[in-house]
Order: sequence, then C-alpha cells, then structure tokens
Amino acid sequence: MAELIAKSPCEGLVPATIGGMSLTEEHPGAMWAVAPFKGQQDKLSKALETAHGMAFPAPNRATGKAGSRAVWFGRDMALLLGPAPDAKLAKHAALTDQSDAWAVVKLEGKGAEDVLARLVPVDLRNQAFKRGHTVRAELKHMMASVTRTGPQAFQIMVFRSMAKTLVHDLKTAMEAVAARG
Amino acid sequence: MRLPGKGLNQGAKPITFGFNGRHMMGLEGDTLASALLANDVHLMGRSFKYHRPRGVLTAGSEEPNALVTVGTGGEQDPNIRATQQELFEGLEARSQNCWPSVERDVMAVNDLAAPFFGAGFYYKTFMWPAAFWEKVYEPMIRNAAGLGALSGEADRDTYEKAFAFCDVLVIGSGPAGLMAALTAGRAGADVILAEEDSRMGGRLLAEREEIGGKPGHAWAAEVLAELEAMDNVRLMTRTAVTGAYDQGTYGALERVSHHLPRRHSLKGSHLPRECFWRIAAKHAVLAAGAIERPVAFRNNDRPGIMMAGAVRAYLNRWGVAPGERVTLFANNDQAHRTARDLHEAGVHIAAVIDSRHDAPVDGPYQVIKGAQVCGSAGRQRIESITVRSVKGEEKIQTDCLAMSGGWNPSVHLTCHLNSRPMWNREALAFVPTEGAVPGMVTAGACNGTFSTAGALREGADAAAKVLEALGLKYAAADLPDAEDDPYRIAALWAVPGKGRAWLDFQNDVTVKDVKQAAVENFRSVEHMKRYTTQGMATDQGKNSNVAALAVLADATGRTIPETGTTTFRPPFVPVSLGAMGAGATDEGFKPQRFLTSHGESDNRGAHQLEVGLWYRAAYYPKPGETNWRQSCDREVTLVRNAVGICDVSTLGKIDIQGPDAGKFLDFLYTNTFSTLKVGKVRYGLMLREDGFVMDDGTTARLGENHYVMTTTTAAAGQVMAHMEFVSQALYPEWDVRFTSVTEQWAQFAVAGPKSQELLDGLLDEDVNGETWPFMGCGEATVLGVKGRLFRISFSGEHAYEVAVPARYGEALFRELLKRAEAMGGGAYGMEALNVLRIEKGLITHAEINGTVTAFDLGLQGMMSKKKAFLGKAMSTREGLMAEDRMRMVGLKPVGAAKEITAGAHLFTLGDPVERIYDQGYVTSAGYSPTLGHPIGLAFLKEGPDRIGETVRLVDHMRGIDTLCEVVSPVFFDPEGGRARG
Amino acid sequence: MRITCPVCGERDRREFYYKGAALVRPAEGADLDAWHEYVNLRENPAGPLDELWYHEMGCNSWLKVTRNTATHEILDVQLASEAGLGGEK
Repeated sequence: MAELIAKSPCEGLVPATIGGMSLTEEHPGAMWAVAPFKGQQDKLSKALETAHGMAFPAPNRATGKAGSRAVWFGRDMALLLGPAPDAKLAKHAALTDQSDAWAVVKLEGKGAEDVLARLVPVDLRNQAFKRGHTVRAELKHMMASVTRTGPQAFQIMVFRSMAKTLVHDLKTAMEAVAARG
Repeated sequence: MRLPGKGLNQGAKPITFGFNGRHMMGLEGDTLASALLANDVHLMGRSFKYHRPRGVLTAGSEEPNALVTVGTGGEQDPNIRATQQELFEGLEARSQNCWPSVERDVMAVNDLAAPFFGAGFYYKTFMWPAAFWEKVYEPMIRNAAGLGALSGEADRDTYEKAFAFCDVLVIGSGPAGLMAALTAGRAGADVILAEEDSRMGGRLLAEREEIGGKPGHAWAAEVLAELEAMDNVRLMTRTAVTGAYDQGTYGALERVSHHLPRRHSLKGSHLPRECFWRIAAKHAVLAAGAIERPVAFRNNDRPGIMMAGAVRAYLNRWGVAPGERVTLFANNDQAHRTARDLHEAGVHIAAVIDSRHDAPVDGPYQVIKGAQVCGSAGRQRIESITVRSVKGEEKIQTDCLAMSGGWNPSVHLTCHLNSRPMWNREALAFVPTEGAVPGMVTAGACNGTFSTAGALREGADAAAKVLEALGLKYAAADLPDAEDDPYRIAALWAVPGKGRAWLDFQNDVTVKDVKQAAVENFRSVEHMKRYTTQGMATDQGKNSNVAALAVLADATGRTIPETGTTTFRPPFVPVSLGAMGAGATDEGFKPQRFLTSHGESDNRGAHQLEVGLWYRAAYYPKPGETNWRQSCDREVTLVRNAVGICDVSTLGKIDIQGPDAGKFLDFLYTNTFSTLKVGKVRYGLMLREDGFVMDDGTTARLGENHYVMTTTTAAAGQVMAHMEFVSQALYPEWDVRFTSVTEQWAQFAVAGPKSQELLDGLLDEDVNGETWPFMGCGEATVLGVKGRLFRISFSGEHAYEVAVPARYGEALFRELLKRAEAMGGGAYGMEALNVLRIEKGLITHAEINGTVTAFDLGLQGMMSKKKAFLGKAMSTREGLMAEDRMRMVGLKPVGAAKEITAGAHLFTLGDPVERIYDQGYVTSAGYSPTLGHPIGLAFLKEGPDRIGETVRLVDHMRGIDTLCEVVSPVFFDPEGGRARG
Repeated sequence: MRITCPVCGERDRREFYYKGAALVRPAEGADLDAWHEYVNLRENPAGPLDELWYHEMGCNSWLKVTRNTATHEILDVQLASEAGLGGEK
C-alpha cells in the first residue's frame, strides 16, 4: 500500500549560517491551540499543570521548557508545543490541532536581536524581552509569534505557507547585520 | 588652502579623489567640501534658475549650493551635499545643473535674461496658448531647471529599515546634547544619541572656546568615551532625525555607507546604503543647534562668500582657510570669532564690517562699524566687495567674505505636530513653543540659547526633566566652566540698494522677488512662498526662510511675528524613496504563500497564478497544447467525464467550538446552522451590517459544539476579523472559541463521476452514498493518516474534498493524481474550476462585489425569517428587494459562438449605448466545452423576469458588440442530479 | 503613532487595522432609522472620537480607542469586549 511521506514546512530552505548566526528549523512535535472556555482559565491552568507540568501562560509569556512549552498565542489562547493535549483539557478549553499550520524556526547567535529589529516593530532587546517572553507581532508583513528561548536565541513562527518568505526576510536581515560587522 | 598644524585631523591619511574629472588630494575625515576648499576649489555648482556660479556656503546639511552627483548608472546619487559627503579613496563627484562644464555653462544665459524670470514668471510667461503648457513650456522648463538628475536605471543599491526603542532620544551631539545624554546615561536611562554628522560634538568641533579648561572637542571626546562605555547608551552617527510623529515616534535616516567605496553597498554585498529608522522614544531632548543665516545684499551669492560659522568650521575642524585675504560682514558679536580665529591662524583679515555702531574690536585688524557690504565683484569667485559706511562707498579686495546675519534655532522638529514657533525679540529668532511635541524638551541653541555654558546647563536641565518623568534618580550634573558670552545682535536682513540680493540660494529667490509678491498682494507668507518658490528646494529654505519673511514683513508693513512662518514639515533632510521603501522590492514586496502541491504542480509545468498572496495552478498544459484554452477545455471535460483533482487549500477554514457555537453561526449566517446535523455540511450566506452580501461558503458540523467553516479565499482574513468583532464587541457573553485552521489542512477536491471509485482503497472507510451522502462529512483515514472527508461539490459533479494535515499534502496530491490519471482524469487548475462553477451558476467574489444583495443573487430564500442575523434589519430595506435591481442571470450568445467578456455592459435592444441606458454588466465569463459555446454570469435589471430576451452586450475595452440571450444562471444539470447521485 | 493594546502593551500602529467609529449597535427590532444611523451616519469631530481598531498583527483584540482627531492624542483604550457595543438584546 502506498504511504504518505511527511514534509516539513522549511524543508530545503534552511539551515543557514550567516555572520555567526544560525537559522534552523524547529520540530517542536505536536502543536495545539488551547483556548479556555468562559470562566475556565483557572481550571484549565490547573489541568495543564497536572497533565503537562506547566501553567497556562499570561499574556506575552511562555511557560514550560524546550520539548514541552505553552506559548501565549493571542487573546485567550495558548499554543501547546510538544505533547498532544491530555483529553481532560477538552472540558475547559477548545483544543485545535495546529501541528502542521506553522513554520517554526530558531534564530540564534550574536546579532539575532539586531536582525529582528529590522523586521519586528517591537522592542526585543534583552532588557525588555527576556527568556520566557513572547509576542504576537508583525514580522515584515506577516503575522508572527516570537519567543525568546535563550540569551541569543529566538523561536519564530509564521503560517506554514509563508515559510519561504520568512526565510528570505530573515536571511536578508541577517546578511545586512553581518555586513555591518 | 590647508594650514599646517591646524584642524582636528592632524596625522590623517591622505586620500585621492576626483571632482569633475580632476584628481586631487584630501585627508581622511574631510568632507568633499573641505577637501575642495583645501584645493582652492570654490566653484562647485550652478544655481537652479539662473545657472549662477556657486560655491559652498555652509558646512552642514543645510547647504543650498554645493550639491553634487556621486556615482553613475544604477549607482547614481544626485543632490548629495558636498558638505556631508565624506571623502574616501577613489570618490568621484561631479557638479550638476551645468553643461558642458561648471566653469563654462551654456544655460548661464538665463542669468542675462533674469528680468524675465522674476517671481511668478511661470504664471505670467507661460499662460498662452494653453495647449503649449504640456507640450512646449513644461518640457522646456524641466530641461532648463532642476538640480541633479536620476540615471533612469534601476537602483543597484540596497536599503534597509529598522526599529529602535529608548527612554530618551537625544537629537544632536553638541554641548547641549552631550550634556543631556551624559546626565541621562549616568542615571541609567536607556538612551539613543543621534547625530547627523559623521563625528559627534556639534559646534564644539568648529569652535575654539574651552570647556572646563580644555578645548571643547577634547571635552566632547571625554564625554563620548564615557557614553560609549555605558551599555544603556547607543550612539548613532550619520543619523539625521527627520521627523517627529505621534506618541513619541521619530523617523531617522542613517547614511550607512555613503562614506565607503561603492562596492560595499551594491546588491550582493549586503551593506545597505541607507537605513531608515523608526525610533519609539518615551522622551526626546531636542538639541539640534542652530543654522546661521546670510545677509541679503547685491550679488551675495558669489563663490567665496560663506557663512562665518562655516569658515570657522573649515578652519578649526579641517585646518582649511577658505581664502588668503578674508573679510567678515556681521551684525552680531559671535561672528567676530571668525576674524579672531583666522587672524590667529595667520590668515590676513582685510576688514571686518559690522552693521552696528557699537561693534567690538577683537583683534589687530580693521573693523568698520556701522557699515554694510552692498555688493561684490568677481567672476567665478569673489574678488572684491563694496562697503557702504558714513564715509561713503569703498571697494575692498578679498577672496573670501564670511557673513553672519545671526542664527536661526533649528526648531523644525518641534513644528512637526502642528505647533508654531514663537518670535524671540532679543535673539531675533523663532524659538520652540514649550510642549510643542509631547515628551520632547528642547535645549541649547535650538532653544535660542547661544552660549556654550547655556547649552550645557539646558542640556543637563532637559535630562533632569526627562529623568523625573521616567522616575529615575539622578545626580545633579556638575557643569564645567564654559564661555557664557551674551548674544548681542542687531537686526539686519537685507542691505538696501539696487541689483539682485539673494535670499534662497537654491531656488534663486531674491529680495526683489519677495517684494514683488507683496506688491501683487501675496501677503500671506504661505502665498509668498508658493509664488516665489522661496524655501521650496531640497534644503527647504533652512538658512533663508526667516530672512525672506522679514523682507515680506517689511514690504507689507507688519512685524515678523505678525507675518508668521511657513509650516515646517518632515523630513528635516531629504530622504530617498529607496530608504523609505527599503526591503519592499522583489521577494520582499509582500509575502508569498505556497500550497503544499506547489512543487508538484511546477513539476507538471503548471502555469501559476497569483491569487492574493497565494500562488495557485491556473492550468496544467499537456504536450501539444499551445494555448491555455486547450488545457482548460480538456480539464473541464475530464472532470465532467472522469475525475479531476484540484488543490482547494486556499479557502479559509475556521475551527469553531464552544457551547454557543451554533448560536454564533446562526447570527453570522442568514440561514440556520444550529439545526444542522452532526456529520453534515450546509451552504451559508453572510451579510454585512448594511445588508449586502459579505461572503459565502460551507460549514460542516463535526460535533455537538464543533463546526468548521470555510470562507472564500479572497475574504478569509476579512471574515476572521468580522467573526472576532461579532464575538468580542457584539456578543462577548457567548461562549465560543475559534481559530484559523487554513494552514493546518491540505485539502483537495476530487470531482467527477469516478470520484467515489478513486477514493476506494485510498481510505480505510468504505465510501458510499450511505456513509457519505451528498453534503455529508466526517473523519476519514487516508492511507493511514487521520484526515477529513467532505462530500461537497463546486463543479456540479459527484465530488469530495479530502483533507490531511499539511505535512502530507504533497504526498497525497501525487497519490491522487496518480489514481486520477489511471482513470482518465487528472489535475485541473483555476481556469477549469472557474468554468465548472460558471456552468453551475455558482458564485465567487466576482459576483460578491460589495453591491450585491441576497435578493440579487436569487438567494432571498436563505434569509431566515425566524431568527435574528447580522445585516437582517438593513437587508429588508425596500430598495434592496426591488424587482428592478440588477439581478443575476446567465448569458449565452445568440447565433454562432461569439465572445462574452467579464466587465462588458448590457443594453436593451434598440437603446443607445449610453451610460443612462445601462441595464447591467457581466461578472464572470468563459467558454463551456460542455455546452460548446461561451457562457457568462451577469447582473441585469429585472434579470430573472427577462429570461429568453435578447440583449446587446458591449465591451468597449475589447471592442466587442454582440447579442446575447438571457438564460438561467444554472447552465448545466439544473436538477443537480449529478452532484447528489 | 502608537496604541497601547490592553493585552499586548504599546505597539506601532502598523499592527492595527482601523474600522471607523465605535458605535453601540441598535437593539434587534429597532426601527430602520436607528439602523440607518448606525450604519451610515457619522460624526466628524475635531476632537475626541471613539474608534474601532483591530490588533490584527498581534493578539486579535478589537479595541475601542478614544482619540483626539485634532492632536492625535490617545485618551483611552478599552477592549471592545468590555465596551458595551453590542447594545440591547
């Protein structure tokens, strides 16, 4: 019987290394939107903690750690990255599979902040945007999610179909930053 | 001429550069202007209108005369100010607005014809015949006037834009700016210090006055070293803040590589030529300094006549004396420093002419008090001046005249949010109005405070104000000792007398022109400006506007404050379009969205079509097919006869969950969804609040509280925003959650009589009329992958849409094509999809064009009478249900097959083809291979009542005038048996 | 121009979509005049105006922004979900 071969959003587009910075594709596992029903946020947060070990994130924050992370994803919504959500969560929240909907890349290295300063109109410097901070924001012309995952590392997400544009825009900015030395 | 041992560039590396093809030596740190002066080149360009020989007037970004072109072809940059262009090895610059050369310029005959070119000459001279304006006068004027020219080739440079954030943006790095940055930096504030020059220090680099017992530039260097060591301070040189915008947003232009050989900025090398910054600052300290203003007197525009402050800058910063026998003409004490500094440097001061009787005498040179310079002589450089005093007129030989009419504070940015500056009678200058820009404090010379000590004090005070507002603790600044001389000045704008006395050097506006404007009753300063073009050149009249309005005030018998200023608008310095639009070229113009099937469609030679941001296959040519119609006809036929595969993932898909999901959909759609059975799909129509149709699509019920809605590709974003609005603003009490899943699923239409057969063996489930009846839906396992199957049809055939997670999209597309091709089917693209749906009278956004109601579409039956829905109230308006509205019908040609085109208009037979007789228009058209003739969908007055009538179709764009028969919009299988069966 | 989104914080206006005046929706069953006013009639003050902005590139919140049209000063920002724009039901 024929088999369907999976393809990742950034296949053939990355990795790239420019001026000491690297751009790689992330494979976070399952990704599910978790949107609490009315008045269920506290119960959801507890259930999330019991099932997956992290609280429901406050706006502009991410909880958990690499491999199992909950990233605030907009108004009354978080994105659970890593595990598929425990069935018990469904009582408290709308759960929607988004595992294939987003291109996820990691930008890392000295100069990463400068690269994002060319694309995102939000202050992402370390003093304002620390590890565990996240934003939903514009990246060039795209709706994006940007999370700081390390001192020089960011997780960046845009719609899957825009992966090529994301890589193009990031590489252009990386080259410009690298050229300044 | 370079003076050994003078200037801040001791030990600098020599550099070779070219100007108008002549090669010369300069020093590292030079500007093109300082290097040319060091080589005794004064003649740098020709003026705009009269092509008068011109030399450099200033030493900064306000320069009106010394504009040059750098680079050639796609790298050509016109109108570069020589005073800002830094020297680099191999720089080649050339004069503009002159031919064949700057020394011998043919158009200089304009100067002889000057009497005809006075204020308003365009309006008077070129009035008639009117037809001549476009064909003769304007091209002639454009050719004769103008500054530098573009090459006409594509720009080969790269540009970038960037965002920055800070607590305090300090604009300008003179004593006030440095003191403000230092105070704020020490207090721990997040500071950006922006300076348009290549080197920080402002006037401290040009003056010899000491601060704290050391030279000003040395003090500046110490402060800068301290600032540089602070993590919380960012120093930005070559960065001109160009505009102040709302809520603390500032625009700034950074010249990233103008000072480097060109290879660094060209495409492929990645270093941008310029970067346009958007800076969001909680507070700003404006320490932009002041611009010295000339005095208008006869022939005051000769090369060699320069601003007194600029002469000091060339001497003290670059070690260049602009002349050997220098004269000074001033109305204020400060300007006398020019004579003092030159004298001490060993340059002969021929005379100091001061308009005041109480002028100081600072050195052992002749000071003529109570006198005025009333003329100059010389050809391409000044040779002498005429001085008028109580003793009469005398001629003085000189090769450089330094002049000063006082200083204009650089208030520009304080006016960008509509504030007007105030006249300060003591300083004889406009100064900023307090609070003009929320969050901005002004300090130093831009505030009308001209002493160094005053600048330091105000810089520290400005920082203190800002730090208090930020709630940061700070130590009171320890202000070093500095020059604190009073600013003594007496008004002198224009020296009376015959001949032309220049105000605006760049646009060639003279005192006479302004007076003429007043005589012709252009008394408003804004009218005078436009009539004379005063201040309308690339320098925006930085050094001339105030004098011009002083002349206007005098001519109209008003005071200067009564006369008022023109409006200062951004940008403060010219900003190239390349910088403003940085990054928005080629692939950076807009995002590209690719389907998972894109690569496979490419492999099959598909012609890809841009649909919004998406790329979709339009048709898949087969060998032997020479035009798209052949491919399209074949693809339509294979769907009707066998089975076709089409990627439909671009349709918006929204996952909706929650106890109130049904209620929510009932409100959004005109028809009811709360009654839809689980496992079924229903077609829905959405209205706008004004009662017109917004979008249509199908919504499937996957569970008790779980739906998935599809929208049209075109309206996916709009519908999402609309749903958010309804859920947040109108019914926040409803418990419903939704999110876009457009990108999660790769979804393919499998359409045609063999579609069910194709799915056999592809799905684990048994697909038949009972498990998946028409408009049925449910989960399905596709080759072991969990997916979804919908029995819906946009072609009128027995059809399905099969969805899998996007990672499997490409693989499934290949598999579906393989199976379809084995059954005599294959891929079909947008063209075939369009024909198939027109044959069925199904609508898209070609029909949902914003002016169409449900009634017009014949869908009034879908508007529920039992429940409320968005747009219901307005959709019941009488006019929206009127029989004579343009309503949807089908069209087919009368007689032999002729063309039907979208956009064509319809007329009743016998009526003239005129707008008032318009009966409707065609929205969609195509050739139906199924029926063997063209078909179209149209909106026609009383359309459904005119079935069978022959109408006239006229398309002026394509030259078509033909007859059509009005028919039902459903051309094919009107009973719908094929889709349901 | 910058708008302080109650959810995301202060953001550049490029992240927002503008939709005109923020008005209270008429009750279902209100007469046609009330609907006409809601859909078509607008004040155009040189001064404070309640407007709808959508944080499209951010958290997707609809906002009621009170903005002075003469000075561009933003006097208040409220979540549309708390602004009572749905009217009587």
